[in-house]
Amino acid sequence: MEVRRIEALPIRSSDDVVRVRRQAHNWASELGFSPVDLTKLVTAASEIARNTLEHGGGGSARVEEVRRGVRVGVRLTFEDQGPGIADIAQAMRDGFSTRRGMGLGLGGAKRLVDEFEIASQAGAGTKITMTRWK
Amino acid sequence: MEQTPILKVGPFLLVTIQVDMHDRLVQRLQTDLAERITATGARGVLIDISGLDIVDSFIGRMFGDIAAQARILDAETVVVGMRPAVAITLVELGVRLQGVRTALNVEKGMDLLQAAVAGEEERVGGSPD
Ligand SMILES: Nc1ncnc2c1ncn2[C@@H]1O[C@H](COP(=O)(O)OP(=O)(O)OP(=O)(O)O)[C@@H](O)[C@H]1O
Ligand SMILES: [Mg+2]
Repeated sequence: MEVRRIEALPIRSSDDVVRVRRQAHNWASELGFSPVDLTKLVTAASEIARNTLEHGGGGSARVEEVRRGVRVGVRLTFEDQGPGIADIAQAMRDGFSTRRGMGLGLGGAKRLVDEFEIASQAGAGTKITMTRWK
Repeated sequence: MEQTPILKVGPFLLVTIQVDMHDRLVQRLQTDLAERITATGARGVLIDISGLDIVDSFIGRMFGDIAAQARILDAETVVVGMRPAVAITLVELGVRLQGVRTALNVEKGMDLLQAAVAGEEERVGGSPD
């Protein structure tokens, strides 16, 4: 996979979550994503950015324009040094939330992108990478 | 602090969401609406989201909370103008918008509210007219 451009953004407030959404939106739009593909990518970005802020205690996002062969896409990486997730399978399940959430963020984001990877350990933070291809 | 404008249109309140709202703004709108319903005795709330690119689980939950809160205050809520891509994405995300009425546009939403307020027994909004 070839990375064509990168933008790194902090996630420390709900305004930063908006900035991440906007960045993903702009690049997907420049790449000519269809409205549905674009909306799915940006919605997934919003869910995971909010998790980074609220569960991870803040962290960072990286937005990348990527290419693999003839395909172009947007890859998003979110990282925090928060409490981590002890049981990833449980956290991914729809309806599971440790606060009053709907528990749809993680499972939903995974459904909205083409590639989804999560690495997390209790006490050691969380890293999520997602890609949506045009 | 920033605020989303709430307009009074006859017996209803109209909120047009135009900007990409951050979470605190969303929460603020919820409180402001409860206050305005009480202050004006409005019988319905129309939320126009035709300007919104996305609705995520947070905003989806807010619509449900606003509708529940309005109902307790004797007002109906209708969300109008959802873009097709947003509707498709919401379903895949798993957000069900339970208890939230929707209509295609402001005009149809107004019709729905008027019918609800008139106390019509027939099922309104179930099929396009
Ligand atoms: N970055 C993170 N750090 C620590 N825990 C996390 C992180 N992201 C998610 N989790 C855990 O996984 C659970 C499920 O996350 P998910 O986004 O699916 O639901 P939620 O955030 O609780 O609610 P919703 O997103 O529907 O508002 C969270 O309640 C939290 O316990
Ligand atoms: Mg979440």
